[in-house]
Amino acid sequence: MTYKITRDGDISTIYLTGEIDMDVTEKAKEFIMPVIEEKKEVHLNLKDVEYMDSSGISVLIESHQKAMELGTRVVLKEISKSVLKVIMMAKLEQILILE
Amino acid sequence: MDISETKDFPVSSKSLREIREFSREVISKSSILEEGKDELVLAIAEAAQNIVKHAYKDNQDTTDKMQIKISFNSNKLEIGFFDKGKPVIEENIKHRSLDDIKPGGLGTYFIQQIMDEVVFKESTGWHNNLVLTKKY
Repeated sequence: MTYKITRDGDISTIYLTGEIDMDVTEKAKEFIMPVIEEKKEVHLNLKDVEYMDSSGISVLIESHQKAMELGTRVVLKEISKSVLKVIMMAKLEQILILE
Repeated sequence: MDISETKDFPVSSKSLREIREFSREVISKSSILEEGKDELVLAIAEAAQNIVKHAYKDNQDTTDKMQIKISFNSNKLEIGFFDKGKPVIEENIKHRSLDDIKPGGLGTYFIQQIMDEVVFKESTGWHNNLVLTKKY
């Protein structure tokens, strides 16, 4: 997994690439959580995420909940087909913010 | 086409990528399995992850190996997982309620959604033998 962070006004965008599994979730949280703590809206761009398992889904839930606590939001953008399938299997499409 | 392939992997989260590659390679050998490849790979990876996360919870630096066997005969897919970690108490395996939104507890749910049957069997020389099956 690799990532890139861009900031444009009140929106920070994190572009994730590759496969997100248990082996990389701690690393993912290490760079996602501080961006959420800036209390700006965070866009997680998942266009280039080829695989995500339950550990990756946990990162999405944790990010969403952290943002809610801080009065901001995490929006999932350009979700790849394989990630969307897993989000839907977990019945999270109504809970997480998908655009 | 009948398939039967077995491979050992170090018990580590670092093996998950290799486990997925092995799974994709084996599943791709059957056009019947190929259609649901992503889901099957997810089920296999989640089961392997559970071994690392739960059976070896107190022994993360282990040098043990787990074994994965994928067989497809007579339109029945059977995936066996063998490990020497802490013996699993089947009654304790429970996924979280989907209404209880919190991180974790989804792996077992995914496996149950994707596969027809999820059972633990006795296997000489191993502490745990999880068998996932699906009929086509």
